[in-house]
Amino acid sequence: MLGSLRARQTLLSLLLLAVFLGGWQIAATPTAGPGGPALDPEYAALLGQAAQQGKQTPMPTPVDVGVKIWEHLQAPFAVRGTNDKGIGIQLAYSLGRVLMGYLIAAAIAIPLGFAIGMSPLIYGALNPFIQVLRPISPLAWMPLALYTIKDSATSSIFVIFICSIWPMLINTAFGVASVRKEWLNVARTLEVPPLRTALRVILPAAAPTIMTGMRISIGIAWLVIVAAEMLVGGTGIGYFVWNEWNNLSIANIVTAILVIGLVGMLLDQILGAVTKLVTYQE
Amino acid sequence: MAYVSVEGIARRFAQPGGGVQTVFEDVHFGVAKGEFVCLIGHSGCGKTTILNILAGLDHTDSGVVVVGGKEAAGPSLDRAVIFQGHALMPWMTVRDNIAFAVSSRWRDWDKAKIAAQCQRYIDLVGLTGAERKKPAMLSGGMKQRVGIARALSIEPKMLLMDEPFSALDALTRGTLQEEVLRICAATQQTVFMITHDVDEAILLADRIVLMTNGPQAKIAEIVVNTLPRERTRHDVHKHPHYYRIRNHIVDFLVERSRAFNSNVPADWNPKNPPEVRPGLMEPPVRPVPPDGGSLRAAG
Repeated sequence: MLGSLRARQTLLSLLLLAVFLGGWQIAATPTAGPGGPALDPEYAALLGQAAQQGKQTPMPTPVDVGVKIWEHLQAPFAVRGTNDKGIGIQLAYSLGRVLMGYLIAAAIAIPLGFAIGMSPLIYGALNPFIQVLRPISPLAWMPLALYTIKDSATSSIFVIFICSIWPMLINTAFGVASVRKEWLNVARTLEVPPLRTALRVILPAAAPTIMTGMRISIGIAWLVIVAAEMLVGGTGIGYFVWNEWNNLSIANIVTAILVIGLVGMLLDQILGAVTKLVTYQE
Repeated sequence: MAYVSVEGIARRFAQPGGGVQTVFEDVHFGVAKGEFVCLIGHSGCGKTTILNILAGLDHTDSGVVVVGGKEAAGPSLDRAVIFQGHALMPWMTVRDNIAFAVSSRWRDWDKAKIAAQCQRYIDLVGLTGAERKKPAMLSGGMKQRVGIARALSIEPKMLLMDEPFSALDALTRGTLQEEVLRICAATQQTVFMITHDVDEAILLADRIVLMTNGPQAKIAEIVVNTLPRERTRHDVHKHPHYYRIRNHIVDFLVERSRAFNSNVPADWNPKNPPEVRPGLMEPPVRPVPPDGGSLRAAG
């Protein structure tokens, strides 16, 4: 028998993975054919071996990628030159920027969201700004950030900050505004001072909503960092992808894509676990 | 002199189409120390608003509430509220819910002292063993017991209860009513309670304030409960006064609460609503309802 649902799900997942990898392997295996159209010898000399064979850079097979991943795993933190740092170092740069921008955003969004959620005056005053600023693509800020901050690494942190602040701000404000009136009344009848009410009643009551906002934010931040680093260059996993595109090392690009996905999943699951921790059942 | 004196309070709301709706006005009554007073009336007469004003959660548009010789403006730890929907914090355990109240009352108490006070009231309401449970794991009756323990744990001078048992099933309601009766008698607690359950009011209250229908709700009269104070849910209806009082209140709720405003008695004075003792009167002409079941006001 196939046992529990869980076991069958895993089996099906593995099957799908095998079909996908098999299809990829077959599609990417180079076929031995005639040399293709003849090339101008001078152009061929210029382009080297690839052009002499009359073929494009071949799409790597899963086996090629596997070999590449193995190579990266051997020395993830190696530094072989300015443009040849290990994938682990690049990841660490990206994660550092994401966390920096994200934490600054949280430090501003959560208190500000509290104020917006508790005061209709502040809500009304800030709402137009939020509505206009929120839909702006974070990358649109990049030139302005580079011009004012004059530092590419700080600029990418700013871009992370600006893109991750909105979901946290809006969710905090919503969570705080929808705290049940009766819980606040309990605090009032107990003459609980405002700060204690905020920390002991409003914060735990709104925590699941706030955490949902934080989870959305980290997802967006991880999406944006790749694009931001492609623009500013230098270090980071986004720069790594772009650099390997210039090197035409497709296997490295595929490796990086896989790593980006895995790290994104990990970030989401960490935030998901914290959300579960603060969620309460009514 | 009464511990609580409600002096001519009124509450008005602006209506959507303009104009002002008076929910109630010129409401006067008092609650003496150690007394249990029930307010009974149909939905919409402003019962909960009156309780919220006493709790300091709502304001009056005229008149004042005087508690212990001082005007009561705003909430106070002296007046504990038992909310209709229990209002427990779902992220806190039973003990933490009570500890939140205890530590708000005595801010300088250490952990051991707070824990001891919590345990005392958890035991009092019969929740021993459920200290570490979250409210979601408790039945409706147990949740309301936590609400009662939380209110009592701060040792208030007065308890305010807003239909505390209305969301419970009949069996649980009966058990909790008796426990409240026992606890309030033992601690000489001053209580003001909102209800729309006639039997509950007769079982628990020393005096029952009858309110007419809103808008412009008034206190028509105050029924003095002449039943002996030691009463239980099982034998209270055997007393000769019981059905006289009950019929009087039911008559009021069915007919007079609606008609009172258009036919105010000439000698009725809102500042001093008449106190009546139907229990001492001769049996009414109206026959006793054969079922003797729980007759509750609409709403």
